Amino acid sequence: MESNGGDAFRILEEIETLKAAKSDIEHRIANLQVQIGGVAVEEMTDSILCPPISTNDAGFGHGLSPEMVYRYSRQLLLPSFGVKGQSNLLKSSILVVGAGGLGSPALLYLAACGVGRLGIVDHDDVELNNMHRQIIHTEAYIGQSKVKSAAAACRAINSTIDIVEHREALRTSNALEIVRKYDIVIDATDNLPSRYMISDCCVVLGKPLVSGAALGLEGQLTVYNHIGSPCYRCLFPTPPPTSACQRCSDSGVLGVVPGVIGCLQALEAIKIASAIGEPLSGRMLLFDALSARIRIVKIRGRSLHCEVCGENAAFTEQMFQDFDYEKFTQSPLTPLPLKLKLLPENVRISAKEYKERVVKGEAHVLVDVRPEHHFKIVSLPKSLNIPLSSLEGKLPEISSALKEEEKCNGPTSSPGASLYVICRRGNDSQRAVQLLHKMGFTSAQDIIGGLESWARDVDPNFPIY
Amino acid sequence: MQLTLEFGGGLELLCQSVKIHKVNVDLQAGKEKLTMRDLLSWVRTNLIKERPEMFMKGESVRPGVLVLINDCDWELSGQLDTTLVEKDVIVFISTLHGG
Repeated sequence: MESNGGDAFRILEEIETLKAAKSDIEHRIANLQVQIGGVAVEEMTDSILCPPISTNDAGFGHGLSPEMVYRYSRQLLLPSFGVKGQSNLLKSSILVVGAGGLGSPALLYLAACGVGRLGIVDHDDVELNNMHRQIIHTEAYIGQSKVKSAAAACRAINSTIDIVEHREALRTSNALEIVRKYDIVIDATDNLPSRYMISDCCVVLGKPLVSGAALGLEGQLTVYNHIGSPCYRCLFPTPPPTSACQRCSDSGVLGVVPGVIGCLQALEAIKIASAIGEPLSGRMLLFDALSARIRIVKIRGRSLHCEVCGENAAFTEQMFQDFDYEKFTQSPLTPLPLKLKLLPENVRISAKEYKERVVKGEAHVLVDVRPEHHFKIVSLPKSLNIPLSSLEGKLPEISSALKEEEKCNGPTSSPGASLYVICRRGNDSQRAVQLLHKMGFTSAQDIIGGLESWARDVDPNFPIY
Repeated sequence: MQLTLEFGGGLELLCQSVKIHKVNVDLQAGKEKLTMRDLLSWVRTNLIKERPEMFMKGESVRPGVLVLINDCDWELSGQLDTTLVEKDVIVFISTLHGG
């Protein structure tokens, strides 16, 4: 069995290698045919155009093989797209940065429509909580590289195009080298420093940037650095405060919302690559899913004073490589959940210790300071939900809960009921304990790591989200 | 002066999660026109219910907020000095980074 598996693997690998070589040769043939075809058509402009009847695609004057004609026929039938648009597309290369909620639909459509070379950059692995929006991935790929998964999906749709896998995070050290190989870049990332970095890189290398973003029930889309449109820095010269940067993992997102924006990103990239229509340059599309409203607004042009693309800007490749985007935006390129440490050890207990105290029957009140809609997803038994934002006004509720608890347990030798505070990951609970201490609840203690550590260390069946 | 103000990209959370506000803003005594500078200070006083620093910085909006007057970037009409007229629609939108 072992050796059979090995053989099969080798054969599959060889098939992949041959397929890649085949697609490369086909690409080169198509390019040469386009060159010959162009000449032939020009020579025949005055006579009746009548290409020789042949099963060889060299004769059709557009470089598309019979198989390509059939595959892309529904696009070729569009007068405004036609063979010219298709052959432009086949000659183009597009880089998609991020194989997540935006990148998933963008990649599927770009592979399907016949972009000549399609690059995918991502450093992440597929997780179960990605599946609702990152529709390119399937359950079989959970735990594996997103790039590997996305590339396999793209190849399954269209084996005739070149799919390039970049299984790494885009950084200043590798961005120039990667982006240089492509004509158009799609920003499908999920964080602020990456957005500045990709925009600057596209300015330095002169590439159009199709930028999309989505969060919650809203999306935004525009084309930067293309025929007079601004770059990301022209629009946002100063980064917003980190407190204004919400993430899908904290604020939530309805899967179809990045889906809509990702599809529109593919559309804009296709328009630029095939040289049809009017790109969304100098305009921005704002999508509000709840009210079913799409608004397209006019934005400023390229700023003469922009530090990167302005008239007197001298932002070089070297300056790009030396620029610290994490410092500039005060946020990390590959964000990890925040882990605050605001409290001394003696007012914090682990989830396991809390469990032991519950088992011992210790008189206590557990305050859960998460927002109400989080509390509705899951909560610990008998916990009292008082969101952090309204904690200050609801202190009397805590006082009466403590009194009630003491009454129930009768007069004992212990100094009254304890007060514990919990949240999702253990950050807000520390903020809450700080506030409670200040307001006179000096016995308040924080449960370290919140419900996530409860699920990890105490109850593996407790849902995490 | 009748104006429509819209908040998006999360800014609506600062005004009780209401996105669209039809408002009536009076000219300040002795002034003949209403500028965006006047409107921002009016919004800060009358609509922003929490964390005003998430909306404003100094007398303008904080970095990362786009201001659109009748679907047009306020950068093109003079930013804070833009003069508003009856029935103008002003959109404040926070840039999104998620994906």
